[in-house]
Amino acid sequence: MRIVGLILVLLAVWLLLSGIYTPLIIGFGIASCILVALIVRRMDVLDHEGLPIQLGLGIIPYWGWLFIEIFKANIDVAKCILFPKKYLQPSLFSCKITQKSDLGKVIYANSITLTPGTVTVDLHEDTVLVHALTKLAADGVKSGDMDQRVTDVMGEA
Amino acid sequence: MDLLLDIGTWILLLAACIFLLITGLGMLRLPDLYTRIHAGGMADTLATFLVCLGLALQSGLTLTTIKLLFIVAFVFFTSPTSTYALAQASFVAGLKPKLDGFNKTAQNKEEDDGKVPD
Repeated sequence: MRIVGLILVLLAVWLLLSGIYTPLIIGFGIASCILVALIVRRMDVLDHEGLPIQLGLGIIPYWGWLFIEIFKANIDVAKCILFPKKYLQPSLFSCKITQKSDLGKVIYANSITLTPGTVTVDLHEDTVLVHALTKLAADGVKSGDMDQRVTDVMGEA
Repeated sequence: MDLLLDIGTWILLLAACIFLLITGLGMLRLPDLYTRIHAGGMADTLATFLVCLGLALQSGLTLTTIKLLFIVAFVFFTSPTSTYALAQASFVAGLKPKLDGFNKTAQNKEEDDGKVPD
């Protein structure tokens, strides 16, 4: 099941990157995709983390939401850099996370880091250590909104 | 129509330039490594996206646009990993963040006590 998904993803990426659509070249493309899939299968590295198709399409609205958050956070950080006296309030705090799987934790920790103004300094068991640039950014993480959304995407109650 | 796209590209690229300029300013101005990482985060995210979107307006609905989107996607996936590696390495090495002027609450006070000198 997952190997079919891998072949389809590889083919889609190959077709989008190649741009030369003659039978010979497409044939080479299909052959190399299948070869890669066979090697990956033999290496046994294809698991729920390597190709997380179990997340389904639910991740796409999350990315949209995350992008809007990134946009807002960028404005916040830009303001903080331009007027550090008014906004700069760095803080280091730890937060409980509700994801069970490693993949969910990594998605959450990376989402925190990707949002400017908050950086994951440490991820251990079920706590993240977060460094935040402003009070607004710190409150955003503490509110647990992003944590809840990642847990929903992962399908872990 | 071409003029409109050109204007759109100009606006997006200029906005990206402003963000990159602020990033550079932040690198010089903010007090310590951890706060400077936040400044770098702006160049990684919105500035990269705005540059690629501006260029995508020029190339239109072609494979080049898709390649630009791939670039944005790869940067968005890899940059938090490298940022985490940097922050984690500095933290493990014992570099303490400066937390001057922060309103300490009960929750982060205990966190601060062991790690912040003053």
